[in-house]
Amino acid sequence: MSNVPADLKYTKSHEWVRTLADGTVEIGITDHAQHALGDLVFVEVPEAGRTVKADEPCAVVESVKAASDVYAPLAGAITAGNPKLADAPETVNTDPYGEGWLMRMRPAAGALDSAELLSAADYQKVLAAEGG
Amino acid sequence: MAFIPHTEAEVAAMLAAIGARGIEDLFDEIPPSLRVTSLAGVPEELNEMEIGRLMSERAAADGTPLSFIGAGAYEHHIPAAVWAVTTRGEFYSAYTPYQAEASQGTLQTIYEFQTMIARLTGMQVANASMYEGASATAEAALMAVRANRKSKSARILVPTTVHPHYRRVAVAMASNQGLKFEELPYCTAEGVILPASLARYGGEDVTALVLQQPNFFGRLEDVDALTDWAHLRGALVIAVVNPTSLALLKPPGEWGSRGADIAVGEGQPLGVPLSSGGPYLGFMTSRMEHVRQMPGRIVGRTLDAAGREGFTLTLQAREQHIRRAKATSNICTNQGLAVTAATIYLALMGPQGLARTAAAAHARTRELIAALTRLPGVRLAFSGAHFHEAVLLLDRPVAPVLKALATRGVLGGLDLAPYYPELGPALLVCATETKTAADVERYRATLSEALQAARAA
Repeated sequence: MSNVPADLKYTKSHEWVRTLADGTVEIGITDHAQHALGDLVFVEVPEAGRTVKADEPCAVVESVKAASDVYAPLAGAITAGNPKLADAPETVNTDPYGEGWLMRMRPAAGALDSAELLSAADYQKVLAAEGG
Repeated sequence: MAFIPHTEAEVAAMLAAIGARGIEDLFDEIPPSLRVTSLAGVPEELNEMEIGRLMSERAAADGTPLSFIGAGAYEHHIPAAVWAVTTRGEFYSAYTPYQAEASQGTLQTIYEFQTMIARLTGMQVANASMYEGASATAEAALMAVRANRKSKSARILVPTTVHPHYRRVAVAMASNQGLKFEELPYCTAEGVILPASLARYGGEDVTALVLQQPNFFGRLEDVDALTDWAHLRGALVIAVVNPTSLALLKPPGEWGSRGADIAVGEGQPLGVPLSSGGPYLGFMTSRMEHVRQMPGRIVGRTLDAAGREGFTLTLQAREQHIRRAKATSNICTNQGLAVTAATIYLALMGPQGLARTAAAAHARTRELIAALTRLPGVRLAFSGAHFHEAVLLLDRPVAPVLKALATRGVLGGLDLAPYYPELGPALLVCATETKTAADVERYRATLSEALQAARAA
């Protein structure tokens, strides 16, 4: 059974979103996603300053068996990519909701409200429907 | 191991499973207007005896002229062992095999190739090869755009001292992917990049600078200063190098204070015959930090479950069968046979053998230049150091002179008029270790006759 913290928002494509105190958001991939990918060997995170649209591919996670895009859950400007992942991509496996965050961004005006994010309960239903 | 294609029954079952009536249904998205219905101009089939005869006649028509043409493909001595070993059944495959790990010997050969190419170029990682030098250069430009994430311009500076065919292939392969190739002029007195032409790019976003060494004219560029110039401005450096020359010249991994970022080239000089232009092999090397942006296959050395050394394809998440449309390249094989020949060639020659070959070619070219420029109406186009090619200027159009030489069994070089008309009657000549002092004298005497005949006419 995957760990799905109740205080986060989620997407159908298995990203999580955490709203930080300063109004920016932190984004990563879920425990289910890291488990499905297997041991990560490489993570490519976006450069700070890049503006992204919702659903735009903006990071890549590569495991021993697959490489997947990570999509921006909402529109905004990237404020940071997690610099630790270049040397320690396995952090995403060991701590997907904490030290293994991928990027931080400042949402575009109204983007957080208009983004179609799921609650923890609804994301659990997505996983159940996928057989996970 | 059996490599058995699908039986008719299996094909029928697969088609039934996806609801297709026949193989043709799988291609129904191709509109009729794009389909070829007849093959006009393609002759009727020939049987083996007939095609053998035809090819023998064509080969005989080539004759055995004395060739002084270089321009990207070089006649070198190929030790007999190279192709005797390469054509053994165990090696005789054009590609990386499917289920590659079942062919450990092939993978080890590719691994040795990568190691030798990386050492020759002074770079950290080499791939399993590209198709040839021109497309390797284009792939290097595409790779530079992916690797240089600070640059947004996709702008690649390409001096006109880079092989004209390479420049055309790069534009053809990469310009539709948003790359902008901008040509830099050369100094017509010295045949190298005009340093002043770089000044206008001072504060601008440039993704990469391509440097060919030796350049198309056989001249040596100031690669150290040019590499540092590019790096200071956030641009990557793509080196295009001749592998034979690297036995003598500074490898691209040591250019400037940081070294080139990507180095590519044509591997044909390493044991592959001229063979009317192909098949050849390209090579590509890089700094390790960019390895995930590198196209093509890479073989790695590893340990199996029992702790024994083995070889495996590695970093495959870059490739088409995993990354699909976002793969680094549509290259998903290598030039297996030519790579095998190059690997055996390098192993036989060793660093000393390759250095002797390069030094002999250089010396022979100097003798050729000295001999030919003693003739009235022939002078050297560019002052300064050459490797094994040089541009000569004639006092009359080059094409008729080359034709006259050819009728006397001498292929005198490449007429540069179609590529560099501003030079006037310019001829690119090359002499490798395969040419003797007598060959040089024969060229001189034949050219002397041809020029005298032309003046008299």
